[in-house]
Amino acid sequence: MSLTLQFIPYTEIEDLSSLGRIKKLLKMAKENKIVLLEGRLKKEEEAELIKTTMEEINDEFKGIELGVIYPGKGEGDFVKRIKSSFVEMLLGNRMGITIIGPASIVKEIKKDPNKIELYTQSPPAKSKKKKR
Amino acid sequence: MPVVKSKIEEARNVKKEGRFSIIKKFINKVIGSLFKEKKHVKLGLYGPPNGGKTTLANRICKDWLGEEMGTVSAIPHETREIQIKEQINIKSGNKELSFNLIDTPGIATKIDYEDFVKKGMKKAMAKKRAKEATKGVIDAIKWLDDMDAVLVVIDATKDPYTQVNITIIGNLVARNIPVLIVGNKVDLRKADIKRIEAAFPQYDVIGISAKFGKNIDKLYEALFVLVD
Repeated sequence: MSLTLQFIPYTEIEDLSSLGRIKKLLKMAKENKIVLLEGRLKKEEEAELIKTTMEEINDEFKGIELGVIYPGKGEGDFVKRIKSSFVEMLLGNRMGITIIGPASIVKEIKKDPNKIELYTQSPPAKSKKKKR
Repeated sequence: MPVVKSKIEEARNVKKEGRFSIIKKFINKVIGSLFKEKKHVKLGLYGPPNGGKTTLANRICKDWLGEEMGTVSAIPHETREIQIKEQINIKSGNKELSFNLIDTPGIATKIDYEDFVKKGMKKAMAKKRAKEATKGVIDAIKWLDDMDAVLVVIDATKDPYTQVNITIIGNLVARNIPVLIVGNKVDLRKADIKRIEAAFPQYDVIGISAKFGKNIDKLYEALFVLVD
């Protein structure tokens, strides 16, 4: 079984409307691609993505697995925190990475603040042909 | 002349006072009605499927109304429609709180009818359940805007750091809706409230067993703080 990972730079969705972003990402997931989006959606867009996904579920499309990894707001000393706040101010939603995979391929996305583990569905076991 | 002047001034003062009292009454009425509304809030139960939202709703309804709210099942997506129980009055010491309880279908990013078939359902029933479940998720998300306060009910035996939980909480915060995270099923050995607290350090977390009523009084006390 082969997997297609599609990288989407943030610039590709930056000028799209919320609905446009969601449609674009969902279209790729429905094409059985695992989308790696630079940055993240807004919280409201994440909810809208779930809503739109539900609207499109059918016998073939079972939904998505979603994972967002986002660097925390600077831990450590004062200078580091200021630096990270400044970077956040400049980059905004470009920070972090979002993974969207079709549920038929991605079984589970486990994450902690700094790591994402992606578990894929095991392919259906081939039935053994009986020898005559 | 001075007498006339003082009478005019007196008349002006009376008029001013009259106007002031009307404004005062109006403000009192507005504040009063706000106060009244605030004490009669819409309290939503949100979370992923099988976290125990309906079990908690049943516990609250049984404790304060003497009747249950909905059916529960080990098969996910048992609640597929928004359920509302109106005018629940709870008491804690001298305080009273009245709210409408809104039990919502579990929010998920995927629904596969075959999962229901694996749990023993017939294909046609499983497909119907899946269809209704997708609609339920859509409705639950639509209702987010209508909530005054929300309990996010999480199964404390499972990994809390899931995108669904993060998305629900993030959306409530974005809408300025007060949130309390409820780690349910603490009666089970695998339950780990500290793991939930570590995943969501900026929120209040309370561990309960909706099924057996453990810590439920603490939850009721926390509700007063949540909607205050």
